[in-house]
Amino acid sequence: MLCIGNPARGDDGLGPAFGERFEAMGLSGVTVDSCYQLSVEDAVDVAEHDTTVFVDADASCAPPFRVVRVAPATEATFTTHFVSPGEVLGLAKQCFGASGEAWLVGVRGYVFEPFVLALSEGAKANLEEAVKAVAEMVRNRSFHQVGG
Amino acid sequence: MAEVRKIAIDPVTRVEGHGKVTLLLDEKNQVTQARFHIVEFRGFERFVRGRPYWEMPVLVQRLCGICPVSHHLAAAKAMDMVVGADRLTPTAEKMRRLMHYGQTLQSHALHFFHLVSPDLLFGFDADPTVRNVIAVAGRYPELAVQGVMLRKFGQEVIKATAGKKVHGTGAIPGGINKNLSIEERDAFLKDSDQIMTWARGALAIAKDYTLKHLDTLASFGSFESSHLSIVRADGAMDLYDGNLRAITADGQVIFDQVPPIDYAEVIGEEVKSWSYMKFPFIKKVGPENGWYRVGPLARVNNARFIDTPEAEAARKEFMALTNGKPNNITMAYHWARMIELLHAVEKIRDLLHDPDLQGTDLVTKGERRRRGVGIVEAPRGTLFHDYEVDENDQVVKANLIVSTTSNNEPMNRAVQQVARQYISGKPEVTEGLLNHIEVAIRAYDPCLSCATHALGQMPLVVEVVDSAGAVVSRGARGAP
Repeated sequence: MLCIGNPARGDDGLGPAFGERFEAMGLSGVTVDSCYQLSVEDAVDVAEHDTTVFVDADASCAPPFRVVRVAPATEATFTTHFVSPGEVLGLAKQCFGASGEAWLVGVRGYVFEPFVLALSEGAKANLEEAVKAVAEMVRNRSFHQVGG
Repeated sequence: MAEVRKIAIDPVTRVEGHGKVTLLLDEKNQVTQARFHIVEFRGFERFVRGRPYWEMPVLVQRLCGICPVSHHLAAAKAMDMVVGADRLTPTAEKMRRLMHYGQTLQSHALHFFHLVSPDLLFGFDADPTVRNVIAVAGRYPELAVQGVMLRKFGQEVIKATAGKKVHGTGAIPGGINKNLSIEERDAFLKDSDQIMTWARGALAIAKDYTLKHLDTLASFGSFESSHLSIVRADGAMDLYDGNLRAITADGQVIFDQVPPIDYAEVIGEEVKSWSYMKFPFIKKVGPENGWYRVGPLARVNNARFIDTPEAEAARKEFMALTNGKPNNITMAYHWARMIELLHAVEKIRDLLHDPDLQGTDLVTKGERRRRGVGIVEAPRGTLFHDYEVDENDQVVKANLIVSTTSNNEPMNRAVQQVARQYISGKPEVTEGLLNHIEVAIRAYDPCLSCATHALGQMPLVVEVVDSAGAVVSRGARGAP
């Protein structure tokens, strides 16, 4: 589980908060890592796991969260230092022979302001629902799409 | 009234955060003005006021997810001064240096292999759907793997020295909170020969590309400028510690061996109405012409020598191109950056053999002071952290000069030059032509900081606006 976000930018911290909750659960066979943003070397970790779940704050999905299958990127129209989950998966497959699947969990956030160190009330509620639902998927080793 | 068209590239891609380029074209499609706007958030200096000084090395990393180690170390060095730790223990100093070289390695590797190599391998105006890292992985998989593994090695060095890959806690006021275990050391040593080989290869690619395309690159966004960095007392390149030195475009010394605490005596900061960013300048030259470049090009130009053998040999080769005078070719940043990458790998390898890294004397302190200034050479250039701390241990004032701020004026000049050379007079402004502008900006590897990366928040918008302000055409690239 790769959880993405900056806890000092309000609801952008949803990803790391999600990761903390999962780490505390101590589910067997699950490794949790958090980062400000994905980077190319995450492709190595993706290649070493059967399933990767990317978790990020989502500024536009229908609340409380969405789960979508990640397709490996075969091209990228542009990149920044930020690398998308699809690009990480694409690099993992092209460079390191990854064969696993990947899912993206987007948890709806509302406040993305700098130097806001707490989640908004709405984001907290969405986080609870997302953690509960995804934990069930992880326990069953069965993921499915939720939302758009 | 003559028609004026305005083209905006917002945000500039493959640089961190949000940047925006605006080009004003007259009725003959001549570029009349070109500007690179950086939407820099200046609130951080206020945010840290009232916080205890010992929080700074951890807190300031929230400025940036790209080079947090640089902020971590600059703040820690400033706080060393506050707690009176004038000389760190050997273990603390070497652990911090190891962390810093790990940061330099991973940052330079990411920039060169994944942000710049598509431009170099496929051409500045290649189809953008094939001018990207995924295409590099498809066509040159061994290069993509090397870039990933160099970056990963650097990140693992950071994790071992700072505790975490991002936002570590290793450096504390007066020292470090951990040493390097034998197991960690041996794991790095096992890979160090391979990392050296790849670093040499990266340098060869950058050098060969520059020399092969010198006719084009020599004038591409290039101009004469002053160069600033810290250097060691003997003039050697030192990315972690040293005194300030600035030289003119032809190598005349403007000032040398200015201690960090006195930086404000030689560097001023100006505000301009059209940008949120401060414009630092060398006081002796004045605000109009006192701008300067920082980063790999400035550092290699400024150093009298490099204290690792392979990087020093590469530096001599680099300087020979301009007969020992400073190199003012903007695109030579890439070559200089790879010299530094090799230097960082040599330094890491040497440090790993130093038993001081397993020492247990980690922290020192002395007479408490009210002010601390820490300067490091971040991957992108000189980074200044200046704090005042009151008797209650609270930060009451902070001033930061980040490397991208220093390179603001040079990037503007590069944009103007490329716009006039490649876009003026063209009947149609294609994506490939606009990418020429971005290529010039990318040479500086700017980090615009503080962008939020939630899903759906990173569109690229290009707008053409007529003289009345109406948008006559608009294009957007997809968000991730």
